[in-house]
Amino acid sequence: MAGTSGKTSGARSKSAARSKGGAAKSSPAIVEFTKEQELSAYRHMLLIRRFEEKAGQLYGMGLIGGFCHLYIGQEAVVVGMRMASKDGDQMITGYRDHGHMLAMDMDPKGVMAELTGRRGGYSKGKGGSMHMFSKEKQFYGGHGIVGAQVSLGTGLGFANRYRENGAVAMTFFGDGASNQGQVYESFNMAQLWKLPVVYVIENNKYGMGTSVERASATTDLSQRGASFGIPGEQVDGMDVRAVMAASEKALEHCRSGKGPYILEMITYRYRGHSMSDPAKYRSKEEVQKMRTEHDPIEQVRKRLLDNGWASEDDLKAIDKEVREIVAESAEFAQTDPEPDVSELYTDILL
Amino acid sequence: MARMTMIEAIRNAHDLAMDRDRQVVVFGEDVGYFGGVFRCTAGLQKKYGSNRCFDAPISENGIVGAAVGMCAYGLKPVVEIQFADYMYPAYDQIVSEAARMRHRSAGQFTCPMVIRMPTGGGIFGGQTHSQSPEALFTHVAGLKVVVPSNPRDAKGLLLASIEDPDPVIFLEPKRLYNGPFDGHHDRPVVSWKNHELGDVSEDYFTVPLGKAKIRREGSALTVLAYGTMVYVAQAAAEEAGVDAEIIDLRTLLPLDLETIEASVKKTGRCVVIHEATKTSGFGAELSAAVQESCFYHLEAPIVRVTGWDTPYPHAQEWTYFPGPERIKRAFAQVLEG
Repeated sequence: MAGTSGKTSGARSKSAARSKGGAAKSSPAIVEFTKEQELSAYRHMLLIRRFEEKAGQLYGMGLIGGFCHLYIGQEAVVVGMRMASKDGDQMITGYRDHGHMLAMDMDPKGVMAELTGRRGGYSKGKGGSMHMFSKEKQFYGGHGIVGAQVSLGTGLGFANRYRENGAVAMTFFGDGASNQGQVYESFNMAQLWKLPVVYVIENNKYGMGTSVERASATTDLSQRGASFGIPGEQVDGMDVRAVMAASEKALEHCRSGKGPYILEMITYRYRGHSMSDPAKYRSKEEVQKMRTEHDPIEQVRKRLLDNGWASEDDLKAIDKEVREIVAESAEFAQTDPEPDVSELYTDILL
Repeated sequence: MARMTMIEAIRNAHDLAMDRDRQVVVFGEDVGYFGGVFRCTAGLQKKYGSNRCFDAPISENGIVGAAVGMCAYGLKPVVEIQFADYMYPAYDQIVSEAARMRHRSAGQFTCPMVIRMPTGGGIFGGQTHSQSPEALFTHVAGLKVVVPSNPRDAKGLLLASIEDPDPVIFLEPKRLYNGPFDGHHDRPVVSWKNHELGDVSEDYFTVPLGKAKIRREGSALTVLAYGTMVYVAQAAAEEAGVDAEIIDLRTLLPLDLETIEASVKKTGRCVVIHEATKTSGFGAELSAAVQESCFYHLEAPIVRVTGWDTPYPHAQEWTYFPGPERIKRAFAQVLEG
């Protein structure tokens, strides 16, 4: 695939082979990051990785109940997107949402406390892992129904156009959700009304336990908007630089009034769909290969070291700092009180 | 004061709301250019532009979902689902998103939207254009449910619904659009132009949500009804010479229990009427609520008169429809007890 660096071509060529010569358009050429960009990407992705590892631990200890979907492996997608976006751009996603909230600079304490169902959580413990919001940070959830947020993101885009505020609604969903009918209703409306919406399909290759090939008649999801005339492209979602370059192009397309844009981020989740998923639908070798050859954080780490922009000690210091933030959030999530029983009947109607 | 049909009153309410608040946008299938299948939005696009009143694709799910997103960013969409029967694809968005947004965001995001839908039968619509799905909404915490029965209420309740900070399901009995209907389908149609409830002020006014209205005072029994059934009950009471007190609920959620309780405690007898199917219908909720609060005042078991537990029929519409004869029999039954 053109425009992909040699180091990361594995993830891309695999997807290209899978799509059997579909009309995938190529991403823009990768723009090398500056030292500051590499360090920022590294730090943000590491925070998500460490946060999710801790969430997995707390779940194993029985401190988080119910559903919990970890983002480990997909960090470059949301971090690269956020690096390309402007303040005021909104983000909305499905149930695998912890990474998105951290990328939008929401407080890890509030996110972790929501996972444990405490009153200091972003939804006062009423939402849980899949349902958190922050008006201040322009994060519009956190939605548990597969694909339902796509229509909502379209509405956000309408409101942006209506207000002429120059903002773009970054609407995330997965390869599984891409087969929901409302996605196409949304595509049609977004293109019909030229709404500023970037539809970000996070193709991690499995909708719960069903691979894309088993669920989708056409597997080049970037072309799912073709019948509406919405441009789309596949992006190496494991390379934060490729994500940022493609996101900048897509956001500019939307901001200039040309309507929506689709980015299919080819990515991979290392853990199961949820905590109860042993992931038997794929081989350990497949997961290990992605981890060792395409890990989004390792790619940045290697470049930082190769360029002499950071020493091992510098990176250890960042890791230590990130671990402290995560530990603090975990501590808060365990000591913050549970919501009062009276909260059951609040926030239902005014 | 002007004489309006319910259609004209609803159109007038839209007009006043859009004029008053720029955040109000109106859309749905055929709503903009065409003015709505029942003409409830006619003229709005011309007056306010296609940015504020516009057509949507045949995508109920997408329509309601997009409206929820608009709400999250401060707009106040008033959407039309062309028939209540077309609502089912949007039900997920209504239940999982619109109704729950306030709770799961701990009040950060709300859904100040109105979803209008023509409801009910009596127009030979068959099973996909005649249903009364109100109980599917009254079962959902986080929604308000309104059913007007006349032009004046339709306007005042719609304006109150648009003002309301929560999602309101606004069910318009389509058999009442042009005139009251007493269930005698073989008699000439009465127009709102010849009915006192067709007198509607052209000014902005609201009818509060959650307040029932006693349409006919009486002492022998209490009738709980809404929408078209208010007029059928009135006809039955007149024809049978029964001193019935008829309560038009107007809002099903929140329910005006105070008015209901006072009346049943006075009369000691209660008949519950709706067009929808019986089992798990809203009448079951009403019966339970009356029993819970008025048990020791009841002289006879509560009787429900409803649609049968069948799909809405095409050929046997008037067998299904709870007409005056069935209601008169119910009156006799509770008076015997």
